[in-house]
Amino acid sequence: MLECGVGSALREARGVRFGVVVFPGTNCEQETVRVLRDLYHQPTELLWHASEDLSGIDCVVLPGGFAHGDYLRAGAIARFSPIMRAVERFARAGGLVWGICNGFQILLEAGLLPGAMRRNVGLRFRCQWVHVRVEHTRSPFTAACRPGQVLHLPIAHGEGNYYAPPELLARLEARGQILLRYCDAAGHVTPAANPNGSVANVAGLASEGGNVFALMPHPERAAEALLGGTDGRWLFDSVLGKVGLVATV
Amino acid sequence: MSLRSEPRALAALLAEVGLTEAEYARLCAALGRAPNHVELGMVGALWSEHCSYKSSRVYLRRLPTRGPRVLQGPGENAGAVDFGDGLAVVFKVESHNHPSAVEPFQGAATGVGGILRDVFTMGARPVALLDSLHFGPPGEPRNRYLLEGVVAGIAHYGNCMGVPTVAGEVHFAPGYRANPLVNAMCVGLAPRERLVRARASGVGNPVLLVGAATGRDGIHGATFASAELDARSEERRPAVQVGNPFLEKLLLEACLELLATGEVVAMQDLGAAGLTSASAEIASRGGCGITLDVSQVSRREAGMTPYEVMLSESQERMLVVVPAGAEARAEAVFARWGLHTDRVGVVTDDGLLRVCDGATVVAELPVRLLTEAAPVYERPCAPPPPPPPLDLAAVPALAPAAALVALLTSPNLASRAPIYTQYDHTVQGNTVIPPGRADAAVLRVVGSAKGLAVTIDSAARYAVLDPRRGAALAVAEAARNLSCVGAQPLAITDCLNLANPERPEVTWALAETVEGLREACVALEIPVISGNVSLYNESEGSAIPPTAVVGMVGELPEVARATDAGFKAAGDVVLLLGSPRVTLAGSEYLRVAAPERPELLRAGEPPPLDLAYEARLQALVRALVQGGQVRAAHDCGEGGLAVAVAECAMLGGLGFVAAPTWRAALGVEEDGVRLALALFGEGPSRVVVECTPEAVGAVQAAAAAAGVAAVELGRVGGTRLVWPEAIDLDLAELTARWSAALDEP
Repeated sequence: MLECGVGSALREARGVRFGVVVFPGTNCEQETVRVLRDLYHQPTELLWHASEDLSGIDCVVLPGGFAHGDYLRAGAIARFSPIMRAVERFARAGGLVWGICNGFQILLEAGLLPGAMRRNVGLRFRCQWVHVRVEHTRSPFTAACRPGQVLHLPIAHGEGNYYAPPELLARLEARGQILLRYCDAAGHVTPAANPNGSVANVAGLASEGGNVFALMPHPERAAEALLGGTDGRWLFDSVLGKVGLVATV
Repeated sequence: MSLRSEPRALAALLAEVGLTEAEYARLCAALGRAPNHVELGMVGALWSEHCSYKSSRVYLRRLPTRGPRVLQGPGENAGAVDFGDGLAVVFKVESHNHPSAVEPFQGAATGVGGILRDVFTMGARPVALLDSLHFGPPGEPRNRYLLEGVVAGIAHYGNCMGVPTVAGEVHFAPGYRANPLVNAMCVGLAPRERLVRARASGVGNPVLLVGAATGRDGIHGATFASAELDARSEERRPAVQVGNPFLEKLLLEACLELLATGEVVAMQDLGAAGLTSASAEIASRGGCGITLDVSQVSRREAGMTPYEVMLSESQERMLVVVPAGAEARAEAVFARWGLHTDRVGVVTDDGLLRVCDGATVVAELPVRLLTEAAPVYERPCAPPPPPPPLDLAAVPALAPAAALVALLTSPNLASRAPIYTQYDHTVQGNTVIPPGRADAAVLRVVGSAKGLAVTIDSAARYAVLDPRRGAALAVAEAARNLSCVGAQPLAITDCLNLANPERPEVTWALAETVEGLREACVALEIPVISGNVSLYNESEGSAIPPTAVVGMVGELPEVARATDAGFKAAGDVVLLLGSPRVTLAGSEYLRVAAPERPELLRAGEPPPLDLAYEARLQALVRALVQGGQVRAAHDCGEGGLAVAVAECAMLGGLGFVAAPTWRAALGVEEDGVRLALALFGEGPSRVVVECTPEAVGAVQAAAAAAGVAAVELGRVGGTRLVWPEAIDLDLAELTARWSAALDEP
């Protein structure tokens, strides 16, 4: 996987400039901004879906929600929003793009990540805390973690059943693009620990270039002890280059 | 056609709009003429039980609605209390029972949509949803279908809106077979100065209709909700509105954005009776008139008549009055969110609701006639025969361990996780205590150190025996639930679900229910700030028990001190605080121990409620939680003491061992039904708490000072649940069975 991310000099000079995209129906933008701006003190702005302007942005975040009502399929309409053209150019140029939950679904529909999302096994929406195992730490999104580290994060989705055909899955495995897998508390990747039927327990996936990453769990809901856990901070710390630091700010 | 000259046509029309002949005569007398068809439809909808509260209004007036923290009492779209820190908490509960009975998914979904609109119409951002659901036994396929449809519908709407569903209750009893209850509650937060009222004013100000286009769905929904269900109700399925939560999310964001500009005179959502109700209410509260032009209303289908446009209950619509000249700016805000705006009317000073279709006036009615001048009935009222006493000798005595397992795997006590995991309860990133962890949910409020606690409760199994005490017990339980997480109750919203008030015993139950609410609210000093009444929950001889649903909101001085119900550490001491007075009447034990004898559940008196004692107990629990002396607190309610302790153990993943002297402590030396009474008997004013061994003295001293009994029950620890010589169960195995029971057929 390529080394990419925000240059450390830049990071220290003015912080990482996050752009959190708001589609009609997005509903996790406020808590995402709260974590980036209020807990991490990073310059963060909301980006309206009708805009194509990403100037000055270091990392685009596609937050959770039901963009365009998730009508047809989750993310199927959002990918046609003007901003997605800009996000695509941004990603092709190596910019950091981070999809959370609905953002994962949109990135799949937009072709910025491979594979597809199906409805959860059992056809029920699932809102609960899960464990995920960090498979690789060469990514800018997991660099602060230890390989094999188990994170405790909440999920809340009805369409998180990731699918990739066998040959694609083999390629993803070989290239180390599967960054997070559902596991039990001890880190064992088992069928029982899989909340949605996702193939190979995939919970988080990176692009071949490594600069696009998405996950179904919500790290922004796990950044304060008051809300039940702080493991989401390992991912924020990673993006902010806090490698080797304890995941506290 | 003159309606008066065609008696048969008139009778058919009156049946269609749900008016009686006497009401029709009253209408003609007030108007000084016969109404035309459009006017008759409008009056029928607004004089329906659902809109007019004509059978309940005389009683509802008795409820205490004032208090130092109340910013808005009943009469608006929702009530509001002062939260401090410049914030108002806005909340309300509402029923969507009839639609959910015929189309559970959309009925429940649009119930959630309606209550969300009620809250954001006030200028508040919704921060929590709660639900109170009642169904027939879940082992019966139709009830299971209703349960699954309703839960999926609530999830569909609330999840898409991004409002966490954080608390609720689900009860199963045979009385709800034909008439399930779906009550939804929404809580919102608004900057105090930005609260809006739905009061039109300013002659010449434009009236805008925003959101969905208007279709033929839900016409006469208000009338449908005001009659008994029958075999033909199933045919009403296509009349149930279809919800579009995505559109409502856009409406929410656009309305809050417009309100922030300050250019809003009044806002009113379109619910039951659609445009008719919204325009009449907004004009009535403002003491003005409104002229509407239905030809300006965007339609979903061609050929709709003015009658249909005025009575459509299409969802996700909002009526907005803006200052003259601000139309274009308002339209731009809505357009940004992809919403279409129709300029449908104008505020007048003539006190009339005038409906035009282009240049033709198709209806002209005094606003007062539609609202305050609606009929008010004091219907005949008579108590049914009192229930027979409960003969304890007739109650089977199960082995305590078997009884505990049976209770924890019974539909009413099994874990609700299969339900609440379908609701997004962590969206917005403020959920401190999620569903299933405690007696109430707790939310952090950004910008405040305080916490917001919410709960919704009912006690129909007691109301069957005594509706007055049942209602008072529901209020006491809701307040106790808040106290257990450390929160001080602020106010109540209530939904009174009853059967057909034209039967004297139902009206008696309504009067008694209100009286019970009043007594408890006065004693506990909790005002009622909003609510809803749902009558005619009855079909073909089967009536629901009187079901008063109490939604309650409280505040925690420090949200970080909120405490849940799970045991925290091995070695800690478990105490029972509160009254030793319990009964098996109406209890879950009876339901489980004698399923073949349902008449036992209709015998005896509900447990006694000493409101002064209850208030002392709750103040004690709040002080102990806020002071950090107790580490877990759990209301000892349905299922009794042994169930409450088991729940604390399962939630904490830590076992419990009762002290060898537990029988003496509970005053029960014998086995049999007396032992069942001690372990599974139910009563108010009791809370199980956990504290460190070092804190026991302080807890006991505080209890003594409050005049509340405190009994040491045992210790936290181990992997089993042990009451020596009565119960010895493996905790992990019990937890697995409790967790899965509701999903099992």
